[in-house]
Amino acid sequence: MATTSLPLLSSVEVARFVAHGFHRMDGVVPDELNEEAIEVFDAGVPVVYRGEPVAKVFEEGSFARRLLDVPAVAGALRSLVGPDPLVDHQALHVRSPHEGAAQPLHGDAIIDTRPDAFDVQLMYYPHEVTGTMGGTLSVPGSHLRRTNESDTGRYQNLRGQTRLTCPAGTVVLLHHGIWHGGRRNDSDRRRYMYKIRFNPTVPQVRLWDTADLDDPRVAEELSVYFPWCEHATGRLEIYNRIKLWRAMTGDASFDIDLWATRVANRPGRAA
Amino acid sequence: MKQQVLVLYLNTSGLDSEVLAWSFYDGTGTTNPTTGDSDLPPYDTGTEALRDGWRLFQASQLVPPYPGHEYDTSFLKHEFWFEKLE
Repeated sequence: MATTSLPLLSSVEVARFVAHGFHRMDGVVPDELNEEAIEVFDAGVPVVYRGEPVAKVFEEGSFARRLLDVPAVAGALRSLVGPDPLVDHQALHVRSPHEGAAQPLHGDAIIDTRPDAFDVQLMYYPHEVTGTMGGTLSVPGSHLRRTNESDTGRYQNLRGQTRLTCPAGTVVLLHHGIWHGGRRNDSDRRRYMYKIRFNPTVPQVRLWDTADLDDPRVAEELSVYFPWCEHATGRLEIYNRIKLWRAMTGDASFDIDLWATRVANRPGRAA
Repeated sequence: MKQQVLVLYLNTSGLDSEVLAWSFYDGTGTTNPTTGDSDLPPYDTGTEALRDGWRLFQASQLVPPYPGHEYDTSFLKHEFWFEKLE
C-alpha cells in the first residue's frame, strides 16, 4: 500500500466492489460544488477521448479537478485505479423531462476480458435523484459477464437491479463491465449525470488500506449471490471473483470454500 | 389480432423454476414497457405464466461450454418466450 493521507478504502470495501462492481458514496460532494455543477454542465461538456493524465486534461482549479479532489472521491479512486490514472474520456448525460425511452441495458466501450486490470467509471449526480427521475439502472454483480455493449438490451428488468435514487452530491465508482443504462425520466425535472472514465497506469495490486486483509468479511463479500443470477452461474461468479481477488492481492493461494483449489487439483500431473 | 410477447429468464432450465429477469413487448400498443420500469416480475415461475394463458413458443437450448471457457459467464442462460394474442 502506498503512503498517502487520502481516506483509502478497506479490504472489505474493495471486496464488496469486486463482488458488486461498484462503490457508492452518497452525498460526499459539498453543496457549493453541486450548485456550481449545473451551471458548468449547462455551459456544455464536450465528449473528449484523451488517454492523458488528469492534470493535462483538466486545468488546476477547474470544476472537474475540484470534484476529483473531494477527499472521499480521491481516496476511493486511488484505492481502485491507483495513482496517476489516465482520463479515458468524460461525458455529460442529460435526461430531459418525460423523455420517451430508457437506454438499453449495456456495458460501456467494447467487450473487455482483462483478468487482472479494470477501468473505473466515475458517475456524479449533482442534484437529488428521485424514483421518477429515471436514475441510472445498474445490475450489481454483472461486471464480470462477458457481453458486448448493448447486446444485453433485450433484458428490461432483473431481480435485485438498482434503480438509483440518491441525494445531491452522490458519486458512484463502477467497474467498466457493469450492465447499466439511463432510465426513462418520468418527472418534470432535467436529470444530470457527469461521467469520467479512468484507465490505470500501475498494477492494481493492494492499492487500498490492506490492514484488514484477513478479515473474514472479505470472503463473505466475495461470496454473495445476486437474485438475478442463476444459482449455478452464481457459483462461477464466485470463482471468477476469487481469480480477480488473487490478481488484486498478489495472493495466488487465496480461495473460498475450495472453489478454485478443487478444480485445479491434479496430483502427479504436470501443470 | 396483435401479439404480446413476454420473455422470462429462469433460475434453471426447468420451466417450473423461479423468474430471475423479464421483458415485455406489447404489440397492442396499450402499454409502453421499457428498461428498468419494474422491480417485481409478473410471475414467480414459468409455469405460473402458462396457467395465466401465456403460450410458450421458444425455449433456450442447453449448450455445453466451449472448451477452455467453462468458467466464463455471459448472457442469462434460461430464456423462455411466451405470447398472447389480443
